[in-house]
Amino acid sequence: MRADATRESIAWRVVRVVALLAFAVFFLVPLLSMADFSTRVVGGTGRTAQPWENLVQDPMLRSSIVTSLLLALLTTVLMLVLLTPTMIWVRLRVPAASRLVEFLCLLPLTVPPLVIVVGISNVYAWVSYLLGNSPLTLTFAYVVLVLPYAYRSLDAALGSINVVTLAEAARSLGAGWTTVIVRVVLPNIWPGVTSAAFVAVALVLGEYTFASLLNFETLPYVIGLLGKSDAPTSTAASLAVLVLASLLLVALTFVGRDNRRESRRDKPSRGALT
Amino acid sequence: MARVSRLAPWAGLLPFLVYLLVFLLVPTVTVVVGAFQGGHGFSTENITGLFEATALHTLWNSLVLSVSSAVVGAVLGAFLAYLVVTRPPTSLFRRTVTAVSGVLAQFGGVPLAFAFIATLGFSGVLTEALRSSFGLDIFGSGWLFGLRGLILVYSYFQIPLMVIVFLPALEGVRPQWREAAVNLGASTWQYWTRVAGPLLLPAFLGATLLLFANAFAAYATAALLVTQGNPIVPLLIRAALTSEVVLGRQNFAFALAFEMIVVVGVVMTLYTLLLRRTSRWLR
Amino acid sequence: MARTTLRLSVVTALSVLALAACAPPSDSGGASSGRNDAAKATSAKDLGGMAALVKAAKKEGQLNVIALPPDWANYGNIIKTFSEKYGIKVSSAQPNAASQDEINAAKSLKTTSRAPDVFDLGQSVALANTSLFAPYQVSTWKDIPAAFKDPKGTWVNDYGGYMSIGYDSSKVPSVSGVSDLLGSAFRGKVALNGDPTQAGAAFSGVMMAAIANGGSADDIKPGVDFFGRLKKAGNFLPVDPDPTTIESGQTPVVVDWDYLNAAESTKLKTWKVVVPSNAVVAGYYYQAINAQAPHPAAARLWEEFLYSDQGQNLWLAGGARPVRADAMVKAGTIDKAAYSALPPVKGKAVTPTVAQTEKAAKYLSANWAKVAG
Repeated sequence: MRADATRESIAWRVVRVVALLAFAVFFLVPLLSMADFSTRVVGGTGRTAQPWENLVQDPMLRSSIVTSLLLALLTTVLMLVLLTPTMIWVRLRVPAASRLVEFLCLLPLTVPPLVIVVGISNVYAWVSYLLGNSPLTLTFAYVVLVLPYAYRSLDAALGSINVVTLAEAARSLGAGWTTVIVRVVLPNIWPGVTSAAFVAVALVLGEYTFASLLNFETLPYVIGLLGKSDAPTSTAASLAVLVLASLLLVALTFVGRDNRRESRRDKPSRGALT
Repeated sequence: MARVSRLAPWAGLLPFLVYLLVFLLVPTVTVVVGAFQGGHGFSTENITGLFEATALHTLWNSLVLSVSSAVVGAVLGAFLAYLVVTRPPTSLFRRTVTAVSGVLAQFGGVPLAFAFIATLGFSGVLTEALRSSFGLDIFGSGWLFGLRGLILVYSYFQIPLMVIVFLPALEGVRPQWREAAVNLGASTWQYWTRVAGPLLLPAFLGATLLLFANAFAAYATAALLVTQGNPIVPLLIRAALTSEVVLGRQNFAFALAFEMIVVVGVVMTLYTLLLRRTSRWLR
Repeated sequence: MARTTLRLSVVTALSVLALAACAPPSDSGGASSGRNDAAKATSAKDLGGMAALVKAAKKEGQLNVIALPPDWANYGNIIKTFSEKYGIKVSSAQPNAASQDEINAAKSLKTTSRAPDVFDLGQSVALANTSLFAPYQVSTWKDIPAAFKDPKGTWVNDYGGYMSIGYDSSKVPSVSGVSDLLGSAFRGKVALNGDPTQAGAAFSGVMMAAIANGGSADDIKPGVDFFGRLKKAGNFLPVDPDPTTIESGQTPVVVDWDYLNAAESTKLKTWKVVVPSNAVVAGYYYQAINAQAPHPAAARLWEEFLYSDQGQNLWLAGGARPVRADAMVKAGTIDKAAYSALPPVKGKAVTPTVAQTEKAAKYLSANWAKVAG
């Protein structure tokens, strides 16, 4: 019996190693190619850092980097300001609305961004009439795109603490609703908030559909523009964005682990209450 | 009076609802209404235009692309997820693959297009390596910039997405089931086909549908790779909006967008239904 | 409760529909009276002469142009020369945009200071949007042949060229006609500048193929069939060519306007340009002033500059044929060296009319996908 098990597991181990190697090659080769392509001397040999230097030297690229970073910040802030109080409010005062809010937040997954941007020109005519033509007005559209991911993070975080009890305790001690949301609940769902923020930043830095069809010069848009005339610089910029987004998302998994640890801590206390 | 005080808490949701109304519902309604508008007022000419040769050919291509990349992503992704889940939860390997999958699944659009241009484009790293070492020309007539290229490129984010979506389902398969099956005399094959397989099937199909919808709606990667022709629906929408040769096609763009809503809507509804079935068993 | 929900949903639905339908108020003025004067001027005389126009333009201090790539008909130089000559800052947006994008930008940026002041458009888009243009007659109006301008001055042709085949003589054998491109030496090498259902240059390229294969301006089918054969032979490369792809050798053969191909010859010594003698397709682009231009005086000064001898010769230096060429040859003000450097054109030129373009465009949008996609 044991000999069979060992024989099976050796064959299986070989299969596993080969498969993992194949996957590793498939996923690493394009990334390494980007690194190589972006440091290549066109029509010659040797390496050059010029495409990477262009990231700070080229004025159009530089201003688009600033634009995209500002957009990421504004989107994160607006998304949190809009969504966090709403979700907390739903759990505390209007539980009947939770299915509606969930449906609305997951709706952007069903309506493709391309469709939204096709139909949004009237809305953006109003936005540019009221607020001008800065690319930062893309914030409004980006918050909608980020909604499903942010909702999931915040929902998971809110689900792992006992919001109703916390709120009732705070209210009975005389706290107003603002204090309850900002000073009592928010610190307890901080991992969920940070996850939502990270996902928002990663999404904004890579968003191309809205920027290109509404003609706003964000970083992905400019990378696409440059791609025709200066492919190495575009590749360098893409790799930079990718590395940044990866660092953010990897940091996210660590934050996520803290979240799980905290919820495990809560379980015994919940048992004590019930 | 009682009704007012019952509705008062809903007022707290007003900012959120109004925001979504303006920035999500209005555009969607605009598209749906616009699809049924013609030169002046109500007309079905754009909807019928969806059934003409070009539009049908493009829809077919989009479906082929979405199905192929979804199937490739689902099969290979499920396999990779299985390789991951057989390792202990705290192993470095498992955490790395999960994190990397999270990154690559979001890795769409601009960086992905340039990654593949850098690899398989005319002066790409792999192209040049094969050209100089083996005299092989894999660039050919530019297949990377057509449908076949898109299938390959889409797989790059479909496989990690499958890992992320399917891993929770695999984690929900309890070792006790395997022990029970072995105790009752089942072989590995029987375990997989009679026990784990049927339990995982709804999750697997649901994840495949999600991959399909993801590929069908994707725009950025194709927009950057394909500059000649409009092989898929999102690119046909772009052409209808920006063409300087064939004018007056904005309402046709609406009709195409409406078509996209219908397809993705159907798929996502099926996905939600399957999701509810899976969560029953794999909690 | 159910009735409340129902009422709420009805209200929501109605407000959504209402919001979807209405557009913001179009604000058409409110600026200083000087701006309104310039916006209404239909010639330099209306403002009190060229000197007054220059003064008004300098006061505005800025000009917004759009969709002018620097290596397209020497636009880079033209913009620089204009800016230095008059001290007016030129903001060049979206150089790779198409004609329709220019109109879309004008519409969406209306009432802002970022809207384009002037347009350089392909035939279809120009003639479909004349309601957006302000009529203006430049001081050299008389030199422009009647066929190349709108009698009121709503639009004027600016420069034109012929459809050509550019090729790298060090990579492919020499090309004299369209049918040469089907040869086996051209496998994976022939690129078209854009998609013919979207870009005017590509459209004219297919028209040229049509005429070379027995079609005409009324019948573009042979052209589409030719590209089908090209694709089947594996010669058609679905890559959008630009100077980078030409110089890297990725697109050794490019079907494009002769002035764009000629610009490449100055950068790549082995790049040759030929206009097929059995298929001469001419195309002019259209210049127009935005009726809602944020800088109306600067816009008009730009037009004056473009149609002056200096401006026309700058276009000629880019390989394009300026619209006042015949008058300038007679007056001796043409840049003789540049004029004689233009690729020779034998045979009768065909310029499709609006009706023919529409018919061909319809055929293309129904059939090009089978060829290319």
